[in-house]
Amino acid sequence: MPTISLQVNGKTVSGEVQGNTLLTDFLRQNLGLTGTHVGCDTSQCGACVIHVNGDSIKACTMLAAQADNASVTTIEGLSQGDDLHPVQAAFREAHGLQCGFCTPGMIMSAADLLSKNPNPSEAEIRSWLSGNLCRCTGYHNIVKAVQIAAGQMSGQRIAAE
Amino acid sequence: MSAPLNNPPPAAKTAIDGGVGAFRRHDSGPKHVSGEAIYVDDMPEPPGLLHIQIGYARKAHAKIAAMDLSRVRNAPGVAAVLTAGDIPGANDVSPVAGDDPLFAEGLIEYWGQSLFAVAAETREQARRAAALAEISYDERPAILTIDEAMDAQSFLEKPYIMERGDPAGAIEAAPHIISGRINIGGQEHFYLESQAAMAVPGEDEDVTVHSSTQHPSEIQHKIAHVLGIDNHAVTVEVRRMGGGFGGKESQGNLLACAAALVAKLTGRPAKCVYDRDDDMTITGKRHDFRIDYQAGFDSDGRILGIAFEQALRCGMSWDLSEPIADRAMFHSDNCYYLPNVRITSYRCKTNTQSNTAFRGFGGPQGMVGIERVIDNIAHELGKDPLEVRRTNFYAHKSSPGAERRLTPYSMAVEDCIIQDIVAELAESAAYQRRRENIRAWNDASPVLKRGIALTPVKFGISFTKTFLNQAGALINVYTDGSIQLNHGGTEMGQGLFTKVAQVVAEEFQVDIAKVKITATTTGKVPNTSATAASSGSDLNGMAAQHAARKIKGRIAEFFAQRYQTNPDQVEFLPGRIRIGESELSFEAAIQQAYMARIPLSATGFYATPKISWDKAEGRGRPFYYFAYGAAVTECIIDTLTGENRLLRVDILHDVGKSLNPAIDLGQIEGGFVQGAGWLTTEELVWSEAGRLTTHAPSTYKIPACSDRAPDMRVKLFEGGENVEQTIYRSKAVGEPPLMLGISALMALSDAVANAGGTSDYPALDAPATPERILFAVERLRKKGNVL
Ligand code: FES
Ligand code: FES
Repeated sequence: MPTISLQVNGKTVSGEVQGNTLLTDFLRQNLGLTGTHVGCDTSQCGACVIHVNGDSIKACTMLAAQADNASVTTIEGLSQGDDLHPVQAAFREAHGLQCGFCTPGMIMSAADLLSKNPNPSEAEIRSWLSGNLCRCTGYHNIVKAVQIAAGQMSGQRIAAE
Repeated sequence: MSAPLNNPPPAAKTAIDGGVGAFRRHDSGPKHVSGEAIYVDDMPEPPGLLHIQIGYARKAHAKIAAMDLSRVRNAPGVAAVLTAGDIPGANDVSPVAGDDPLFAEGLIEYWGQSLFAVAAETREQARRAAALAEISYDERPAILTIDEAMDAQSFLEKPYIMERGDPAGAIEAAPHIISGRINIGGQEHFYLESQAAMAVPGEDEDVTVHSSTQHPSEIQHKIAHVLGIDNHAVTVEVRRMGGGFGGKESQGNLLACAAALVAKLTGRPAKCVYDRDDDMTITGKRHDFRIDYQAGFDSDGRILGIAFEQALRCGMSWDLSEPIADRAMFHSDNCYYLPNVRITSYRCKTNTQSNTAFRGFGGPQGMVGIERVIDNIAHELGKDPLEVRRTNFYAHKSSPGAERRLTPYSMAVEDCIIQDIVAELAESAAYQRRRENIRAWNDASPVLKRGIALTPVKFGISFTKTFLNQAGALINVYTDGSIQLNHGGTEMGQGLFTKVAQVVAEEFQVDIAKVKITATTTGKVPNTSATAASSGSDLNGMAAQHAARKIKGRIAEFFAQRYQTNPDQVEFLPGRIRIGESELSFEAAIQQAYMARIPLSATGFYATPKISWDKAEGRGRPFYYFAYGAAVTECIIDTLTGENRLLRVDILHDVGKSLNPAIDLGQIEGGFVQGAGWLTTEELVWSEAGRLTTHAPSTYKIPACSDRAPDMRVKLFEGGENVEQTIYRSKAVGEPPLMLGISALMALSDAVANAGGTSDYPALDAPATPERILFAVERLRKKGNVL
């Protein structure tokens, strides 16, 4: 069994994995990071989205071995200490969730979008999130939450400048 | 004697945070956004946990000729392999009828039926082992579809008929008659969290089960039944579900029983989680329907007589099909008065998954039936369907007399406000003007065609099995003034926990942060009904209020005595209690009550009044009240490909006096999208051998973020108030909005009609997929020699 070593949420972790262990299983089973959910296991639903080296990826489509030496952020590592990431705060404030199962993946996808495109149009948000399924909300408040977060983040950027 | 007041609050609070009517977010929100909310499969795994894989049948109808599981038993990591012979109690996990075996014995009745369970050290080992089963089948002819079942007269019971007046005579005497058929597809729940259960064995016969279920009491009872033990030995706990929609009302029984069985037989904790493909292959879905109709009407479109034949695919067993089929009949009137009516319901038995509850519980299919009839009548008369709808509405609640009030089941509709809702919505959505513009636009557009429709909803609230309309709650007030709330309802994302906590906060006049909502457990509140029929907050809110009022009554009594006044002089104000002229903080009051040995824990109970239903007679009052709403959908189709988009949706929905507008709006938006998905993109397909081929999101299309109408305007109907004494005069909101999605189907029908080269009716089946739209367009154009 190969041993892998990677950064997860800022900490170095290592572990033995089988060649066919999925990254979702490594995160959930080995590291106990159960905020990364599994909704389909076949790369369709987006419940398992995390960031690998700064890009969002469906963790069920990646082998743990492929993440060797990578830097991984999961929903548990998105906030800075007690301060929620603006996308997290916006999902909570805008009622962008019901059962919450899709929420971590949705937030990780949206956070990646805003890091690449700080002022997305509504159409861009919708198309970006089309790989993240939600069965409860009808998406309205999810899109609203991303818009609120974009506004907040650009406010923060302006303040910082 | 008057005691000195302890710690009067410095400045009197004028309002509490999070009371009834507050725009309050979901209680678990902070945990969801940080990934800390725990679902069954996220719970820390107890040492020694076994993972279970269900081995299931790969034939739709067969005798098991031989089942050799030796290779399964010898596979790496396998601790146990269980079949029917290992069950100490009953081999039955059905909710009602006793016809769903945990493991099939002898006869296989659908592709996906559970045959055995493998328990292994890891999930992967269990899965690999299950695949090693060697089963030989003695195949039988299978009945898969409604058409096949109708031809073979394969029914679970004889057809059930509901009738009022003289439908045959009225139809025959009517100036106009239409008849037709609509096929309505089923729907997969696609809760994002698939079914899951984990069982932990305890002392003696005890077992504790964590289950993703809407019905913990039923899981408890089924486990006891399967293990052959008393209910008191089984505790079932549910913190939350990752969506339910009815799919976790009975369909969790099988894996929870399997997990409990493995746990008791091996002495080790055991977990069973379906992966998505297994979940879709094994579990039941929304019933598909075939509805034949014949209607007689006058030249205004007023229905004089109508007959429906509803055939529904129940699958291999009853599950909840009886009340579902009944509810489809109860909703075949929707908002319309049907003076002479006959509804015949054929409950088809097929070799497919046993279909089950799904948001609306048969109501949506019944409603699609009558909306189709109205659409067809309007087409026949060349009228705007909205005009025909209005002509047929039940009498408004304020109109005098008993005219036009009686439903086909002889319940009087006393609370009808659909006229108000439709008038306001038609105005705010500019329905008339847009309809005319669309007609002009279509004339100039040969390929793309638009359509628009306004459809109303009237949905009956209560379980139609009257005995289910009961609920319990338990409230504990601790000496520091904090409150723990338990009730029988389960949280699946619908915000029930938040709403009931708001009720309790409102009763005690404390901030909602003081109220702790705990997981639902059969150990605290027994004999509960499923969280279903939209009744969660109606029932549990009332039960919690009852419990809170008991405790408040005791406190009032105590302070009245202490201050030598009447209990009605004791008031609960925000954060404090006033006794005559004196005030003390809520916390101090609780402390004093405790010191005086006043019991600060109480159970509450609620049974919905007024309802009754006599099935043999086909009459009664199955519903406490009705919830109303309406939607306008505008869509566009491409007549060369059948592709389509929703362009704009306007919704006005009645929730009575809202307990929580944020949660209610979320339910309405989500319900509409789910309903529109059912009728447009979500298509279930079985192979000729009876295997579900759409068993993953790659082939089964639920609405994605990009599918939603770019312009969606949702409003709560202001001035809504329940005429019945429900919790703070609110109305249930879980199911009714799903049926707002019917406007999408009718808008597509309108667009297809606009594309035609003939005056034929499009008769679009559901789901109106691009293929069906294209075929309908081509059929009309061929007939009109346009193609
Ligand atoms: S679990 Fe990875 S996309 Fe669904
Ligand atoms: S909130 Fe339930 S799936 Fe999105």
